[in-house]
Amino acid sequence: MSRARADEEEYWHSSKFRAFTFDDEDDELSQLKESKRAVNSLRDIVDDDDDDLEKVSWSGEPVGSISWSIKETASSSSSLEGRDTSLQKGSSSYSALPKQVSSYSLSSLFKGRNRLPSLPSLSDAFSDTGVKNYAPELRRPKAEYKDYSNDWSPRDTVRRMQRGKVCSLERFRSLQDKLVLLDEAVAGHDGNVITAVLIFLKRTLRREVLFRELEVRQVALCHLIHFLKETGEQKLLLDLLRFLDRTEEVALSQYREHLNIQDVEKKREFLKGCIGLPFSAEDISHIQDHYTLLERQIIIEANDRHLAMAGQSEIFRKYPRKASILNMPLVTTLFYSCFYHYTEAEGTFSSPTNLKKTFKIPDKQYVLTALAARAKLRAWEDVDALLTTKNWLGYTKKKAPIGFHRVVEILQRNNAPVQVLQEYVRLVEDVETRLNLATKYKCHDVVIDTYRDLKDRIQLMAYKCKVERGSAEEEKINSLLSNMQIRWKN
Amino acid sequence: MSPLDRIANVSVLKQHEVDKLYRVENRPAPSTSDQLCFLVRPRVRTMRYIADIVNADKMSGRSRKYKIIFSPQKFYACEMVLEEEGVFGDVTCDEWSFYLLPLDEDIISMELPEFFRDYFLEGDHRWINSVARALQLLNSLYGPFSRAYGIGRCAKMSYELWRDLEEESESDGQGRKPEIGNIFLMDRDTDYVTALCSQVVYEGLVDDTFRIKCGSVDFGPEVTSSDKSIKVLLNAQDKIFSQIRNEHFSSVFGFLSQKSRNLQAQYDRRQGMDIKQMKNFVSQELKGLKQEHRLLSLHIGACESIMKKKTKQDFQEMIKVEHALLEGFDIRESTSFIEEHIDRQVSPIESLRLMCLLSITENGLIPKDYRSLKTQYLQSYGPEHLLTFHNLKHIGLLTEQTAGETLTAMESRVSKLVTDRAAGKITDAFNSLAKKSNFRAISKKLSLIPRVDGEYNLKMPRDMAYVFSGAYTPLSCKIIEQVSPPTRSPRAEHRFVRPAPLR
Repeated sequence: MSRARADEEEYWHSSKFRAFTFDDEDDELSQLKESKRAVNSLRDIVDDDDDDLEKVSWSGEPVGSISWSIKETASSSSSLEGRDTSLQKGSSSYSALPKQVSSYSLSSLFKGRNRLPSLPSLSDAFSDTGVKNYAPELRRPKAEYKDYSNDWSPRDTVRRMQRGKVCSLERFRSLQDKLVLLDEAVAGHDGNVITAVLIFLKRTLRREVLFRELEVRQVALCHLIHFLKETGEQKLLLDLLRFLDRTEEVALSQYREHLNIQDVEKKREFLKGCIGLPFSAEDISHIQDHYTLLERQIIIEANDRHLAMAGQSEIFRKYPRKASILNMPLVTTLFYSCFYHYTEAEGTFSSPTNLKKTFKIPDKQYVLTALAARAKLRAWEDVDALLTTKNWLGYTKKKAPIGFHRVVEILQRNNAPVQVLQEYVRLVEDVETRLNLATKYKCHDVVIDTYRDLKDRIQLMAYKCKVERGSAEEEKINSLLSNMQIRWKN
Repeated sequence: MSPLDRIANVSVLKQHEVDKLYRVENRPAPSTSDQLCFLVRPRVRTMRYIADIVNADKMSGRSRKYKIIFSPQKFYACEMVLEEEGVFGDVTCDEWSFYLLPLDEDIISMELPEFFRDYFLEGDHRWINSVARALQLLNSLYGPFSRAYGIGRCAKMSYELWRDLEEESESDGQGRKPEIGNIFLMDRDTDYVTALCSQVVYEGLVDDTFRIKCGSVDFGPEVTSSDKSIKVLLNAQDKIFSQIRNEHFSSVFGFLSQKSRNLQAQYDRRQGMDIKQMKNFVSQELKGLKQEHRLLSLHIGACESIMKKKTKQDFQEMIKVEHALLEGFDIRESTSFIEEHIDRQVSPIESLRLMCLLSITENGLIPKDYRSLKTQYLQSYGPEHLLTFHNLKHIGLLTEQTAGETLTAMESRVSKLVTDRAAGKITDAFNSLAKKSNFRAISKKLSLIPRVDGEYNLKMPRDMAYVFSGAYTPLSCKIIEQVSPPTRSPRAEHRFVRPAPLR
């Protein structure tokens, strides 16, 4: 019996919502102890209607009453549904309160109240005017009770919470009260308070009930979702999103988890599992690609690590790998493949052409990336081959899906020799750009030819000082300038 | 850590018996002190780290004192987590109501970068109280504000909450001459364009290149022309900086070289001085000149770094594309530029920035472009950015045009009947009818894009659009200009008006 009493005391003395307490706990505790003593001494003072001091069960029924015994019978025969709610669905399997704490006449204290008595609380007893008449020395200013539980309306409760004051929400037991409280919190614009109320609702409502109510309260819904994300309650979050029929977000939310997985094998498995999720049609192909890419990278990485360690392969010796290819974007993987595995046949997993086919990489992207890789290796013939196409007559033509000024830029960045650069500068279509690049990179022939084509004598003469004295270029300029055939513009 | 640096540095903390400073992370506290004090933002994740530290100590039988100081305020969710983790009774909690940090003579910042994501992406109103309190603080120090203007939902909520706070407090603002007359509260999402355009004034470029944090910047060896890097406070105290910070970059070099010449001339005065004059010179002027010299060389070095970086990145071409997007011309070329930018893997942030600018100015990408650019972005920068795209769509920064917003059949029939130029005007009119939140309509109505005949004069600009080389006037500035009484020239006005007045 005493252990049960201790439990009860524990219940009464602990704050259900301690989170709001900014004050020193000791203060509260000692106050409570005082209140308890005062209440107990009430017994001698209070003039009851009932001679017997009633015991009351958790659901408010006085022990020994008819309603109480019905509940007792019902609970012992039927099984309790396993819900994760708390006292609101008060199961009557709680034993009757022991004499010490609640054996005072509640019915007399609750006289005049229309509502069903809720869980009796100590200070409720004090706010009842009846008590005050009997025990005037127990009156204390309300402020001293530090808000343990009293009559603040939902609006005032929200206000007090906004100012950071202590507020127990336990009194809001009916669904209606809870919703009024929530709506007041939302109207008060303070997300901190909204989240606090939601924490309380989450704890005291069955999830379906909560979800149903939040469905029509957008702002509160956002706060709950954010809260669940922050606290990592993934399961509840997914259930909520499913309830709201936000299937795409369910998929994305699950997919997001992959960022937390470090081990590549596990990640690969996880991604495989993501493919079946309810993504939108276009996103499914992206997830598929992600999985395929990682799978491919694992294979390449394993092979290449062997190759590099074995030391047989020249390219790996000359250009040791600085990082693993795992988790890199597709284009980076393609670059890597063009760098280390350029000549491989399409059948192998690491060949560039295989990658191109598997992931449907457009020509433009492919040429750009391959170009960058081969230029880095200074493999100018490969560059040439990339940019050359053969037409049906067998004539070759230089073509670039990316614009020759880009080609030049890439080559120049990799310190291509002037002869190589020159060839491509020549192919830049826009004349002004061509001149700029040619001048910048000292592709004299191109400059000269361009001025010749433009028939710009003045510029050609001016350019003479940029070339070396006695060089072939100077001679060329001179011969052009003295050419009577050309009809100069200026 | 950066705002803290502006208030107290390590030596001050050491004077108050702080032994060492650590960052709160997901690992055990390396300290051996008996008291640990955590100065944190109220984040659930941080609470878990702290709880881990306390619990680890408990496991190893170690007992210490723990204090958590929440800045700017404590959140109920944080206390819940502490309670959950079983450490609530082991720590004491406090709040440091730090709302406003003065960064400069005329800039005060709340230094709450998380605000954007929490409010605009997650829809969480947690910081509105902080904004209201900051307003209250400002009001009590510099007010009372006579008028308040605002645009946006968050502005309204903050205003209402602030008024509630004012009503409850018994402050008397009477009899004091207010230093701030009007306040403008604007939601960031009323004008994303300003944030998305490349900056071309000096301070903006320094921020782009070096990152200005809390009013200070780290200049590396390439700027200081030595092998050290230094941290420089960039505010109105820096005489050189204060003169060039708002200038268009094209005028900065000229200004700096002029200054250098002047400085040289000052130094050269030494040649013709006698002893008395020299003594005077050394005691009075030399220090100032040396200071100026140091600042000049720093800023010239910074300019050179900026130039180098920008030429490498095709800055000019990108600006051209941005201007085209703002004006609504050459959309196909701009889209191709963006596509190439992505293909070349230039920079994940820049590529996104351009895409968002395209989306906002065109009221969404056409579905074909959206799909294609998204695919290419994922291929270039990583498949996990699927999540990035979803977030951007949710926030409205990067969206797809829905079917109802493209040209209707009637419009295309009409346009066939008239000439090309007229068709453009007609379709513009139809389009603006069809589209909802409309960059073009707003920019037209408020004349945000100046009409210029010939070249825009950057040296003597007639309006505020010079901050974007004449292509666009920031919406917030325009609104303030329209609402405020017209007094001075545009040049003088924009000393008081920045693209984001109250951060």
